[in-house]
Amino acid sequence: MIKTLRRIVVGGIRTEAPPEPAEELRTMRQRLSEQVLEHFAGALAIRHVDAGSCNGCELEINATHNPFYNLEGLGITFVASPRHADMLLVTGPVSRHMEMALRRTYEATPDPKLVVAIGDCGCTGGVFGESYASRGRVANVIPVDVAVPGCPPTPFAIMQGILTAIAREK
Amino acid sequence: MRELHEEMRQRFTPLPGAVAAWHGRVSREEWRAWLVRLHGHQARLIALWGTDRRAREHVFEVHAALLLDGALLWFSLAVDPDHPEYPGLSDLYPAGDRMQRALADMLGVSAVDAEDTRPWLRHGAWPAAWFPLRADADVAAGFAAVADDYPFVTVTGDGVHEIPVGPVHAGTIEPGHFRFSVLGERILRLEERLGYKHKAIEKLMEGRSLVEGVALAGRISGDSTVAYAWAYAQATESATGTAVPERALWLRGLLLERERIANHLGDLGALGNDAGFAFALAQFSALKEIWLRRQAQIFGHRYLMDRIVPGGVTSDIDGAAARAMIEDGRRLEQDVRQLRAICDDHAGVQDRFVGTGIVAPDLARRLGLCGMAARASGQTVDLRRALPIVPYDRLDVAVATQEAGDVAARVSVRFEEILESLRLCARVLESLPAGPVRVEPASRIVEPRTAGCVEGWRGEVLIAIESSEDGRIERLHAHDPSWQNWPLLEHAVIGNIVPDFPLINKSFNLSYSGHDL
Repeated sequence: MIKTLRRIVVGGIRTEAPPEPAEELRTMRQRLSEQVLEHFAGALAIRHVDAGSCNGCELEINATHNPFYNLEGLGITFVASPRHADMLLVTGPVSRHMEMALRRTYEATPDPKLVVAIGDCGCTGGVFGESYASRGRVANVIPVDVAVPGCPPTPFAIMQGILTAIAREK
Repeated sequence: MRELHEEMRQRFTPLPGAVAAWHGRVSREEWRAWLVRLHGHQARLIALWGTDRRAREHVFEVHAALLLDGALLWFSLAVDPDHPEYPGLSDLYPAGDRMQRALADMLGVSAVDAEDTRPWLRHGAWPAAWFPLRADADVAAGFAAVADDYPFVTVTGDGVHEIPVGPVHAGTIEPGHFRFSVLGERILRLEERLGYKHKAIEKLMEGRSLVEGVALAGRISGDSTVAYAWAYAQATESATGTAVPERALWLRGLLLERERIANHLGDLGALGNDAGFAFALAQFSALKEIWLRRQAQIFGHRYLMDRIVPGGVTSDIDGAAARAMIEDGRRLEQDVRQLRAICDDHAGVQDRFVGTGIVAPDLARRLGLCGMAARASGQTVDLRRALPIVPYDRLDVAVATQEAGDVAARVSVRFEEILESLRLCARVLESLPAGPVRVEPASRIVEPRTAGCVEGWRGEVLIAIESSEDGRIERLHAHDPSWQNWPLLEHAVIGNIVPDFPLINKSFNLSYSGHDL
């Protein structure tokens, strides 16, 4: 126990300052009212859906939870069910085999809801594009509020996308 | 064994390139005879795939790649397009069962004696009579979704019920479906269904130049981008007879070991967390972040994507970068040893790890478990020793093994592998040969069939390429070690309680994307 506590104390707090929202990531006008945004700030529940990624974006989404980024410290949590979620964080080109699952997850998420597409594949279809097996970008299947490019986007960029989606439009 | 090697030499042609590989075309009788003989000599099945060669030779071809005592054996069987079937191999190699089903889905060539004829990679996105890897299939084709009612095996009995999980899972992980049949809390049976992430990678490769295919190869499974890019580069360099500078090969070794360390750090943190020890997640994920930031600073990408290209690597390192990485390594070693001691002393964590999710050594051998998971079940397979390439032929890699085959054993192997990879990284950095790190790959094809194979952090990654005369990919097959290991996960969970499934699953951490392709 003493070894554990020592590592915690010696390690100290590593969390860095979070990013500012970035208007250029928006793909549509802010749909939420001021009142709703006020509630989301400090208490946002996210459901992640991998719709066909290479798993690179998942590595970086997981990294947003490490002590350097500490996404949860901003009151943003990942939840296990779309029923509990305010936002879907969608990675990958949407494979045709995941298209139905993604639509159903979207429908199961209560209104008002937001969608953030993560990574070059989520934004444009990326290196996989559209094919007999892929529907390409996320916006081809469900409405997307914010799109974060990158292969994969850094944890900082992912946080910026999330924060932009719940920020008042400038 | 010597007789077998002698006969192989007479019957098969050695392939040029970094990996000791042999290729031969075999008759239908020889196909089975060789499989039976090789199986008897403990050769391991790596991959099974097929090619449409009707335009060239009026046949389909079925290929098998096996690993026998220091050599990769690739043999090809011609199949009559009017009777697209071949003698299967899943009776000898159970891991071949899903590969046979995938081959039937993708090319419409079936194993004649297959017991399980359900589709595997095809769900409802394209019709059963359309085969993506046939030459006449258009990659841009789009079909209305067809009904997808997959017949799972049902378990009946008093009190037995089913828990369906996925494809959308509860955490930040890849999609797949797990069907549990349980009695109370105990798992009686797990049946996996994969293929949700299929995104036409092999079809997209067709027609690309050997140089440009590497970007896609590095995105078959993002967490193994170095392993895939290296195996891909090997195959293209063999095809063109490109001699890669020594320094580039040593740097590739450095990148592969760094990728292994990054993944093991991430998984050890997640495993601690799944056992209710959030401290481990915070600690290991911080160590991983520091490691990734150094990679971004020195190599220009946190996960080292697009750093390995045909002909070498994209960037060199200077003395300051080498010293920084050596210093990082020393610090990380201390941290990992401290954290290992903490985890080993933690009764709650050990209670969850020990005896959970066992794959016994005998089962691992018979079912062909590979890579890190196999080493935790008493198998000493490691391509870094079995099929040594530069720089591994000069590094004397110590293979970590455990006998218990449980979560604790896989955790222990990961700890050992981090320490060994740190040693290898330091050795590479201290003895890096001088010279260029990249040459222009030759454009003339000297060998139309070539293969690359490296020991990624999960296990063996294979890339086999058939190239056309003008330097383009006619057919590329990519094999992820998860093909071998997914079926073993079904065995590992039997008799365990449902809440231990995430822990067991994470201890393997298999790729969905690399498998579904």
